[in-house]
Amino acid sequence: MSSTSRRELPLVVDYGLIPILNLSVAFLISGLVVLAIGENPLEAVAIMIRGALGYSEGIGFTLYYTTDFVFTGLAVAVAFHAGLFNIGAEGQATLGGLGVALVCLTFDGAPWWLVFPFALAASMAFGAAWAFVPAWAQARRGSHIVITTIMFNYLAATLMVWVLVELMSEPGTMSPESRTFAEATRLPFLRDFLTPWGIDLGQSPLNPMVFVAILAAIFVWVLVWRTRLGFQIRTVGKNPIAAVYAGIDPGHVVIVAMLISGALSGLLAVNEVMGTQHRLLLEFVAGAGFVGIAVALMGRSHPFGVVLASLLFGILYQGGAELAFEKPKISRDMIVVIQALVILFAGALEHMFRPGLVKLLDRPRAVAARGGA
Amino acid sequence: MSVSALPPAIEFIGIDKRFGAVHANRDIDLAIEAGTIHGLVGENGAGKSTLMSILYGFYAADRGEIRLHGRKTTIRSSADAIRQGIGMVHQQFMLVETMSVLENVLLGAEGSPRLAPAEARARAVLRQLADDYELTIDPDALVADLSVGEQQRVEILKTLFRGAEILILDEPTAVLTPAEAAHLFRILRRLAQEGKTILLITHKLKEIMAITDRVSVMRAGEIVAEFETAETSVERLAEAMVGRRVLLEVEKGPSVPGAVLLEVEAVDLRDKRGVSVLDRVSLEVRAGEIVGIAGVAGNGQSELIEAIAGIRRPTSGRITVCGRDVVGLGPDEVREAGLAHIPEDRHRMGLVLDFSAEENMLLGHEDDPAWAHGLLLDRSAIRRAAMTAFDDFDIRPDDPTLRAALFSGGNQQKIVVAREVARTPRVLLVGQPTRGVDIGAIEAIHRRLIALRDQGHAILLVSAELDEIRSLSDRVLAMCQGRITGECRPDVGETEIGLMMAGVAPEGVRA
Repeated sequence: MSSTSRRELPLVVDYGLIPILNLSVAFLISGLVVLAIGENPLEAVAIMIRGALGYSEGIGFTLYYTTDFVFTGLAVAVAFHAGLFNIGAEGQATLGGLGVALVCLTFDGAPWWLVFPFALAASMAFGAAWAFVPAWAQARRGSHIVITTIMFNYLAATLMVWVLVELMSEPGTMSPESRTFAEATRLPFLRDFLTPWGIDLGQSPLNPMVFVAILAAIFVWVLVWRTRLGFQIRTVGKNPIAAVYAGIDPGHVVIVAMLISGALSGLLAVNEVMGTQHRLLLEFVAGAGFVGIAVALMGRSHPFGVVLASLLFGILYQGGAELAFEKPKISRDMIVVIQALVILFAGALEHMFRPGLVKLLDRPRAVAARGGA
Repeated sequence: MSVSALPPAIEFIGIDKRFGAVHANRDIDLAIEAGTIHGLVGENGAGKSTLMSILYGFYAADRGEIRLHGRKTTIRSSADAIRQGIGMVHQQFMLVETMSVLENVLLGAEGSPRLAPAEARARAVLRQLADDYELTIDPDALVADLSVGEQQRVEILKTLFRGAEILILDEPTAVLTPAEAAHLFRILRRLAQEGKTILLITHKLKEIMAITDRVSVMRAGEIVAEFETAETSVERLAEAMVGRRVLLEVEKGPSVPGAVLLEVEAVDLRDKRGVSVLDRVSLEVRAGEIVGIAGVAGNGQSELIEAIAGIRRPTSGRITVCGRDVVGLGPDEVREAGLAHIPEDRHRMGLVLDFSAEENMLLGHEDDPAWAHGLLLDRSAIRRAAMTAFDDFDIRPDDPTLRAALFSGGNQQKIVVAREVARTPRVLLVGQPTRGVDIGAIEAIHRRLIALRDQGHAILLVSAELDEIRSLSDRVLAMCQGRITGECRPDVGETEIGLMMAGVAPEGVRA
């Protein structure tokens, strides 16, 4: 009799059919856009896929982008489970970069495997610290986390300019970036290990952080679905009143969830600063924090979904770069349009097709359960 | 009826509706004469709501037709229903609290871009309706300032203003005092005399007996019985609803009160705006007794329960659970002191509807070492405990991995009760234990509460159902405007308790 329950769809539909439908529409419209500027959409798709997955260097780049998106996607997903919209992964990752740079510059010249654990810890600590202030303000003062994390993105960007111009830039240079780390301290590229096996990753900066990303995804899955803390996080996210009733302090959970979220964002910086750029520079996050939001939405905040969605965006990034290179008519901006369409349909309009599908399938599951009453 | 020469006001002919595998309405034939009050009863999930939703245009029937005053019609939306003279008063009011009565009545029926002429017209109509039907209400009062009973009158006015000839009322007395309910019934009688047709959905069989002309009983999507109200009885209706004989009266022996397990002393509570919601409330509950708090919803009962449970912190006063002062402790610590709490609103507070039933069994107990498997939760232990509870309480469907939202109200409530009594608490707070629960489950929950009492638990019961308070409690306290306004034995008359609930108890009855 109560109408509170959302109508039930089979899992296959919810997690398979709907995302595929959303993606198809996004690509269909992208195709029309490509057609409108006088290029062949099918050819464009072929170039993108070949560019992203067709040869080992492309795959290397795709996985490198994927690594970034997995970290920020997981960060946004963990916050989602606590009912929080963390828009601040960008800023948290930026600060993570500061932490990584401080560690690498301090131990400059030490072997990478010695510095690595400290870099991981520093990236997480700095990212978490940057997330802490908005989290605290949300939990104890009711300041909306969406607003505060956006503000903290700007603060992070400004702080980085100051740090890089005033404190870290090398004397006598004009560019706002830190000194480059010694060769020994940089994370090794996987290409150096794989070449002897006949796999040529070319110039792709893929490094061991791709494995850390997989571990992080497993960690998040265990945390959310197999631990008490995860149970508390989900309870607060789904029903804060029931959480209070149960004796869970929602403010405490909000803070803890945001610390974990910030720490995951921070890890992106190890991939970028220690693994790819080998120095701290402005805007090294390059929007990956915002892609993380799309990735988390598309992946339904499930680590497995986040990994898949990250892979998709990795393909879009790498394939898009190749497409812009091969088809001068399709500029870099066009690629952004295509990515935006995917975000629009997979994220913002996620539930557009749901009501129609519900009507079509007429939810036998929900009523079957009710009928037993 | 003298009007029987006319075609029936509403006729359902062969209405059939399926949702996937479930047959919500099976071939329903029902005719309702104009100018009568027709009751529709049935357990949750019997199909009453579906049938009413079809009449009100929310769903389309798969088969069958509806005739209004003898004319075949199709109702495609609620706007369509209103145009055809059907009005619905929902259980949850659809009013804008910050607007006046007049504005609420006009809402969506303004008729012209300028408000002034419409308002003048509405004012006249309201005056006429007030005279005709005892629907007196100040058109300029803010809805927020009205009592619940008055707000309901506004809802009825809204439907009449839109020209409703047929009124559907869904559980209209759930939130009313006995006196307000009596007033509502007088209004309904008058409306029927004036030729309006009224469809009353309720699970209170006494009301059916008191007010309706005819009554239909639904079970499993079918109309299983139809009576002239004068020729039936509460027992026969209940039997038809459930399909077997039901014990309406709870059988219980005399209580054997023991030590005081819950003590509330001069508890004051102010809300955020500084308004007093609890005013020097004192009470005690002993082992082996059920103390019922009678009162109209919104008079401090919920706040009292939440203060005891540690969800709200009293402004002053003392609360002792099993000898331990619990003021200032969190809900988890009060629970540790020996208290369990079945909240009055299971959807809002007692359950996380998106979680599986077994996860809901964890709520408030996730720290229990019984579920710990190192750092992780021991899923198989949780599953086993849930299975045991499902068997013990006969919760259906028998699958604790289903989302809580998918269970019926009665089974959801059983999940909450099972969780809360699983750790044999000494003190049990129970809020509205059977709200929106079908008769079969009510019986089971009542029996369980009596059994807990007999095992020596102290139970504090809050319910809007006076019958429930009276049949379960060993002592009854009445609450009004945050104060305990009287104490009595559960067998005193309904009028006396009603007076205490209204805060006008004679001095002699006071505790």
